Amino acid sequence: MFNILLILGAILLIVILLVVFRVHTLVNVMRGSDKGKIGTSNKVNAFLFLVFLLGGFGLFFWYSYTHFDYYTLPVASEHGVLTDNLFWVTTAICGFVFIVTNFLLFYFPFRYQYKEGNKATFYPDNSKLELIWTIVPAIVLSILIFYGWKVWSDITDVAPEEAEVVEIMGYQFAWKTRYPGKDKSLGNYDFRLIDAENLFGMDFRDKASFDDFSPREVHLPKGKPVLFKIRARDVLHSVFAPHFRLKMDAVPGMPTRFWFVPTKSTQDMRDELGNPEFNYEIACTEICGRGHFSMRLVVVVDEPEEYDKWYNEQEPWLSKNPHYLAKVPNNLKELALLKAGLDKMPR
Amino acid sequence: MEAIDIKSREGEIHHGDYEQMEHHHESFLTKYIFSTDHKTISKQFLISGIFWALIGGSLSIVFRLQLGFPDLNLQWLQPVLGGWITETGKLDTEFYLAMVTMHGTIMVFFVLTAGLSGTFSNFLIPLQIGARDMASGFLNMLSYWFFFASSVVMLTSLFIETGPASGGWVIYPPLSALPQAMSGSGLGMTLWLVSMALFIISSLLGSINYITTVINLRTEGLSMTRVPLTIWAFFLTAVIGVLAFPVLFSAALLLIFDRSFGTSFFLSEIYIAGEALPNVGGSAILFQHLFWFLGHPEVYIVLLPALGITSEIIATNSRKPIFGYRAMIGSLLGITILSFVVWAHHMFITGMSPFLGTIFMFLTLIIAVPSAVKVFNYLTTLWKGNIIFTPAMLFSIGLVSFFISGGITGIYLGNTAIDIQLHDTYFIVAHFHIVMGSASFFGMVAGIYHWFPKMFGRMMDAKLGYIHFWVSFVGVYMVFFPMHYIGMAGFPRRYYSFTNFDAFSGFTDMNMMISTAAIITFGAQLLFVFNFFYSIFKGRKATANPWGSNTLEWTAPIKPGHGNWPGKIPLVYRWPYDYSKPGAKEDFIPQNVPFSQTPESNLPHEKDPEETPGDEGAIVLDEAKE
Repeated sequence: MFNILLILGAILLIVILLVVFRVHTLVNVMRGSDKGKIGTSNKVNAFLFLVFLLGGFGLFFWYSYTHFDYYTLPVASEHGVLTDNLFWVTTAICGFVFIVTNFLLFYFPFRYQYKEGNKATFYPDNSKLELIWTIVPAIVLSILIFYGWKVWSDITDVAPEEAEVVEIMGYQFAWKTRYPGKDKSLGNYDFRLIDAENLFGMDFRDKASFDDFSPREVHLPKGKPVLFKIRARDVLHSVFAPHFRLKMDAVPGMPTRFWFVPTKSTQDMRDELGNPEFNYEIACTEICGRGHFSMRLVVVVDEPEEYDKWYNEQEPWLSKNPHYLAKVPNNLKELALLKAGLDKMPR
Repeated sequence: MEAIDIKSREGEIHHGDYEQMEHHHESFLTKYIFSTDHKTISKQFLISGIFWALIGGSLSIVFRLQLGFPDLNLQWLQPVLGGWITETGKLDTEFYLAMVTMHGTIMVFFVLTAGLSGTFSNFLIPLQIGARDMASGFLNMLSYWFFFASSVVMLTSLFIETGPASGGWVIYPPLSALPQAMSGSGLGMTLWLVSMALFIISSLLGSINYITTVINLRTEGLSMTRVPLTIWAFFLTAVIGVLAFPVLFSAALLLIFDRSFGTSFFLSEIYIAGEALPNVGGSAILFQHLFWFLGHPEVYIVLLPALGITSEIIATNSRKPIFGYRAMIGSLLGITILSFVVWAHHMFITGMSPFLGTIFMFLTLIIAVPSAVKVFNYLTTLWKGNIIFTPAMLFSIGLVSFFISGGITGIYLGNTAIDIQLHDTYFIVAHFHIVMGSASFFGMVAGIYHWFPKMFGRMMDAKLGYIHFWVSFVGVYMVFFPMHYIGMAGFPRRYYSFTNFDAFSGFTDMNMMISTAAIITFGAQLLFVFNFFYSIFKGRKATANPWGSNTLEWTAPIKPGHGNWPGKIPLVYRWPYDYSKPGAKEDFIPQNVPFSQTPESNLPHEKDPEETPGDEGAIVLDEAKE
């Protein structure tokens, strides 16, 4: 019943609007006011551009200023400081251009609106002006290019030797991480070896696999370089850690990497933000299917000592899943038991 | 050169007799359906484009409801969306992605490529260059009907049980290649690929025709340095289309092979749905290269016609020549060439070599230079004008504002280091919706308001046009400007909801505001649709040259028949921007007025060619000299 009333009301409203429009048109025809070339509408429109200019810039400045802390994310990595600086330098330059050009664009229509008897200035070209506004933007852009290039090549440079390696793998719809274990060397993998338990497809013919561990929570040391080795096993995903200014696609069949230095522990960040619940998060930013929006991974950044302690407490994957010892070649079984911290073959 | 000359003369004779063409017996079928008249075809494209824009827009409203009001009960949409609304009145998460995908596909290809180029290249090229019709009316007709077929397939895909393609409008494999990955990658994706293949054929037929027509069928005296900027824009758009679309075709073809015939062009080392697939050696990145080799030029396929239209409208309504005509052509050429060498800036963080990223950053930021030149030239055109605010002019000024605001954020995203953080967040959503989506859309609407009198012989209602403009202009900024902030805060795009993350828990009120603004903006478009269809039948009758414009189309009859000009085709003596020339009686001098008739305003170098115009072959075209 209510729906029908709603529909009837809507129809009535449309009919009224139509009638008003028709009457307005007819009145105009009678008055002949739409025959005159330029009426008051021209003045109104010109004025509205001025209103838009002031109102628009007002809102823009007000929001940008008062909500600054709300829309800027705190930064927690070394290179993140660099990219943020680049961002704000770009903002300074672009903001200036944005304001000046938009100002002129809305001021000119107001200033040079049609006036009876006025004639526009015939001003078809000026090579000098064209040259100036080709070369000046080119120079400014070159500065931004070289600045950006420098930052980019630092970020994408080869990771330091001593970097902590963490393998991070995306699948529908979660992330899984693997650490190299005490031997600091990640074992091989093969996608054909993946099954319901061995999500990584770890290859136990490789002795580096024996002590690899896959924790529930990701821990990273503060102040030390960390190298993410990124891969995906089904479709594209993308590792995005907003506070670390880190993003890299995870591609099936093509491992990628990104290294960085976390500069604030989770506790530091909690203190800074006054939010005891704060956690670093990793999200997926490449569309990957129905669960795309739910691929959350919590990252904990520890002080280095805490991290080492945590690292040493982790049990190798093999020791949690001892029946995979069967896949270890006979000549390596002893070593596997040793590295996995197991006493004997499971029965 | 010689060959071209002969050809153009042949065309002249061939299309010679207007009367004869007019009196062809035309049935309803040949006049309105399978018409070869460029004007009818352009209207077909236009009305199809409006239809698609309404569908694409409605889709965005539905997913904006989800984003702005996540708790809203959408049960009332069940009669339309059926099973895609869950028991609890929520949108299905996969269908959310399907809508995002279809919104992108529809808007980019069906509205802003076919609807914009298809309409205005078709309508304006023959009329503005003084031709009877396109070089091949038949291919032109085929172009529309391939587009129609493509539309039917795409529309069908919206209604199938497994849903339309859902992997994003960029359809990156493996997601789009594997039906196991999401249900939209099944039949929906197949239909998407079929539809796009048809679309590409349509686009190529159209583009080849536009290029041929512009090169061969210009009237006497109309050298390439005298054609309106619209023609340059349409011409270069067609060139981009011809070079770029075949690459998308190949990408689509290889994807079809991967999907249906077990090849491994884009697939490698995949374990999905409990089994390891046999595909090895393919590269998912390869597809992205192929896709963006079209995808980026596509941005300019969408934008250049809008810029051309704006140039024309801004000059006409400022009553001033466009500032820096040659610089405008130069910047169009610059953008055209550079548009082919920047594609990988969409892929900075796909794992592509960082060195390649550097190269593409460099090339990408260079493209800002010709764009900046265009903006400055627009501003100088407005400076000291005598500006008349027709709805078309308002929309053109709006376009320039979007072009600035959206172009500037491109400088952020083109810089690899900044792109790390902003890639695939709402920042980029804001960027391309402003610079490509809204700017091109405003160009299209401006064009409709401006050339409506020529298309239908009637005027659209100006007051409704003003309301339409102001609501749309403020609305677009209210929708997309706040997205910059959301993007800076790191919110990823294509998210069904943000509740899973602490980092993305804010901005609920902002999202609500955006959704509300989007609904209002969409409502204003309905006003336009009403104005459009009402005015076709009931609008005020148009005069021959309602805007006091210089270009040739306004010398044709108010409702031109097939063949455009009764009697002889007008000859061209001057460039199209003689507005407010010092000494002239009126504030405009149409292109077909000889200098001999305007001695009071001629500049020193301006005089008619020696021989009487009209003598076969007597006029030396500028082009022949070059």
